[in-house]
Amino acid sequence: MKFKNLSAPHLRTKDTTRQVMIDVLISLTPAIAVSTWVFGLRALYIMMFSMISAEVLDFFIVRVLKKQKNYKPDFSASVTGLLFGMNMSMAVHWWHMLIGIAFAIIVAKHAFGGLGQNIFNPAEIGRVFMLISFPTVMTTWYKPFANMSASVDTITTATPLALLKEYGANKSLSNFSYMDMFLGKIPGSIGEVSALALLIGFAYLVYKKRIKLMIPISIFSTVLIISSIFYFVNPTRFGTPLFHLLAGGMIIGALFMATDMVTSPMTIKGQIVFGIGIGVIALTIRYFGAYPEGVSFSIVIMNALVPLIDLWMKPRVFGTSKKGAK
Amino acid sequence: MGLLTFKGGVHPPHKKKFSENEAIKILPLPEKVYVYTAHSIGAPAKPIVEVGDKVKTGQKIAEAGGFISANLHSPVTGTVVEFTKLVNAASGLKSDVIVIEREGEDQWELLEKTDDHTKLKPEEIVARVKEAGIVGLGGAMFPSHVKLSIPKGKKAESLIINAAECEPYITIDYRMMLEKTSEVLKGIEIIMHTIGVEKAYVGIEDNKSKAISHMKEAVKNSSIEIVPLKTKYPQGAEKQLINAVTGKEVPSGGLPIDIGAVVFNVSTAYAIYDAIYNGKALVESGISLTGEGVKKPGNFWFRVGTKVSELLDYVGIIEEDKIDRVLYGGPMMGISLPDTELPTFKGNNAITVMTKDVAPNKETMPCIRCSSCVSVCPIGLQPYLMKKLADTRKYDDLTNNNLMDCIECGACSYTCPSGIDLTKSFKTAKKVVRAMKQRRG
Repeated sequence: MKFKNLSAPHLRTKDTTRQVMIDVLISLTPAIAVSTWVFGLRALYIMMFSMISAEVLDFFIVRVLKKQKNYKPDFSASVTGLLFGMNMSMAVHWWHMLIGIAFAIIVAKHAFGGLGQNIFNPAEIGRVFMLISFPTVMTTWYKPFANMSASVDTITTATPLALLKEYGANKSLSNFSYMDMFLGKIPGSIGEVSALALLIGFAYLVYKKRIKLMIPISIFSTVLIISSIFYFVNPTRFGTPLFHLLAGGMIIGALFMATDMVTSPMTIKGQIVFGIGIGVIALTIRYFGAYPEGVSFSIVIMNALVPLIDLWMKPRVFGTSKKGAK
Repeated sequence: MGLLTFKGGVHPPHKKKFSENEAIKILPLPEKVYVYTAHSIGAPAKPIVEVGDKVKTGQKIAEAGGFISANLHSPVTGTVVEFTKLVNAASGLKSDVIVIEREGEDQWELLEKTDDHTKLKPEEIVARVKEAGIVGLGGAMFPSHVKLSIPKGKKAESLIINAAECEPYITIDYRMMLEKTSEVLKGIEIIMHTIGVEKAYVGIEDNKSKAISHMKEAVKNSSIEIVPLKTKYPQGAEKQLINAVTGKEVPSGGLPIDIGAVVFNVSTAYAIYDAIYNGKALVESGISLTGEGVKKPGNFWFRVGTKVSELLDYVGIIEEDKIDRVLYGGPMMGISLPDTELPTFKGNNAITVMTKDVAPNKETMPCIRCSSCVSVCPIGLQPYLMKKLADTRKYDDLTNNNLMDCIECGACSYTCPSGIDLTKSFKTAKKVVRAMKQRRG
C-alpha cells in the first residue's frame, strides 16, 4: 500500500477558527436578548444590520478584491459587526453605521492584512471612529423601556457615567440602583447595559475554553483597586468601585473587546500587564478626561502596545531558570 | 494531593481500548528480514557479514560505527541474501539494509550470560549491553550503553523508568508491566547497579491504574518506587517526566545527567535483563499493532526487520480506501510510512493504522493569536512566533527564540484551531539550523 507523506501529529482537536467565532456569537445572545427587551426591536435591527453588513462587506473584499475564489466565511466579520452594533447608541442611523463598519472592516482589518493581522480590535476602532465622527448621535442615550413614538427630547437621558461627570456620585446613584445597572435597566450603548447577560455569555466562553481569562480578571482587579483609592479620597466626585465596574462599557469591554484574541497578548504575564494598562487608562479618562467614558480608548491604546508586551513578556523557557540551571 | 505532572500539555483521546486487554502474543517467524544498518540516532553500523554467509539468531552481523551507535544482530537463523537500500521513513532518504532469508527454526547464538548481575562490575554490564546492541525502545533508539556510562565529573542520583506511555493507542509498555513484571524489575535493578543509584522511580500515568497497582504490589520492600502521574501528553517526554517526578528541570541545551537523572523505558529495562541474564542480543521486541484500521489489534513480540505489511497481515486490516495512513509509533509523534513494504526498526513500539475518519483534515486558516499553542507548549516556547520566523526564514531569530529546545511533541499543532502545521515547520527549521551550524563550523 502506498501513502502520502504526512506530518505528525496525526491527531488534531476538532476545534476550528470558525467554531471559535461561532462560540463568540453564541455567547453574545443573552446580551442581545436583554438589549432587545430594554430598548425594543429597533435595538435588534441595529445589531443584526451591523452584523450582516460587516459579513457581506468582508466577503466582498476577500472574494472580489483579494480574489480568493474558495473562500468560505470564517464569521470573524460577524463577530466584529455584532460587537460594533452592540456599541452603538439607539440614536444611530443606518448610514452612520455603514460608514463605521466600512472603516472597521476595510481600514482596521483588511488594510492590516485581514484576519489575524490587525493590530487594533476592528469593532473597537469602529466605535472610536463613530465617537469622534458623530459625537452627538453617539452620545444621545435613550431611556430604558422608552416609548419610541414620543418625541426625542422625552425619551433621551444621561447615562450613569455622564451624571457622575456632571453632578457627582450622589446624583448618579439616586437615578440608578446597582441592581438596575446589573440587570441592564439603564441608558447606554445597546449591548453594554446588562452586566448579568454579558457575564452569562462570558461564562459560556470560559466553559468552552475560548477566552483569555486573565485579561478581564486583571482589568477588574485594577479597576477595583484604583477606584477604591479614589473613592476613599473623594467619594462624591469619583464614585464607588462597584459603580465603575457596572457603569458604561467596562463589562463588555473587559469581557468581549479586550479579550479579542488577535489584538491581545499571548502570555499570561502579558495579559496581566495588558489588563492593568486598560484599567488604569480607562479610569484616568473617566476621572480626568473630556469624555465620561474611557474603556474604548484604553483598549485601543493598549492594543497598540501588544507587540511590545509580547516582546517583553515571554514565557519562561523550560530549563532556563535559576531553578533548572544549577 | 494532585498527581505529579509538568506545565503545559494536551489531552488527546487515549484510544488504548483497542489493544490494552490483549496479552502479548509471539508472532510467527518472518521468512525474510530487512535490517537497517542505521538506526535513527548515531552512526550506522558496519556490516561484518557477506552475501551468502550463514547466520544464527542473535549472531552479530554489523559492528557499531562509533560511540553513539549500536551493534546489529541477526533476527533469524538463515542466510544473508542481499545488501540493498530502502527508504528510511524518518529521514525520507534511502539507507542500507541487510536482507536475511530464514532457514528453519531459531538456533540462537547467545552472548555471555550470568545468573547474578551483582557479581558483575558496572563496566562489564555496560560492555555486555553494548555488545547486545540495545537501544532505547521508547522510540528515539538512543544506544543504551551510552546512557549507562556516566560521564566523568557527573553523578547519577536517580533512575527514572519511563512507563508513562502517553502516546494514544500504544499499550505495549502497559502489557510489559503486567506480564513481564519480574523481568522488568530485574532489568531496573541491573540499571541501578550499573549507574550506582540507590533509588529508582517508575512513572506511570494514572489511566493505567491496573499497571500501577500491579507494579506497586511487585515492588514492596524494594528501593523501586511507583510514581503515579497525571495523564497528560507529553508526560513521557524525557524532560517532562524528570520534571514531574523530581521537580527539577533539565537545563536548556543540557542532558538529564546534568541534574543527576537517568531515564530508561520499561521495555529497554526488559531488553537489558534479557541480555544480561539470557544472553540474548536485541533482535526481538514488543509492539502494539493497533488503530481503527486494524481488524484484530493487539500486542506482539516481533523480530526486528519484519516488514510492516507482514505484521499487519497477521492482525488484518480493513479496506485500503478507508485507510489514511500507517505510522511507526503513535499519532502524536509517529512517522507516516510511504508504504507498508518497509521493515521495522528495533525501537518500533507500535504500528498504528489510522482511518480517514479519525485522521486530521482540518482546513488551514490564518493564525488568530488565540494563544493555545503558547499555553500547551511544555517547553514554554512561543510556537506562533516561531512559525512566523520560520516562514520568513529568520533562522537567527528562531534560534534566539529557543528553537533548538523544541521537543517536537506536536502539542501546538494538535491544539491549533486554525489547523496550522507548527511542529512540521520546527522540525524542518531545526534541520536547517543544524546544517547551517555545521557549515559555519
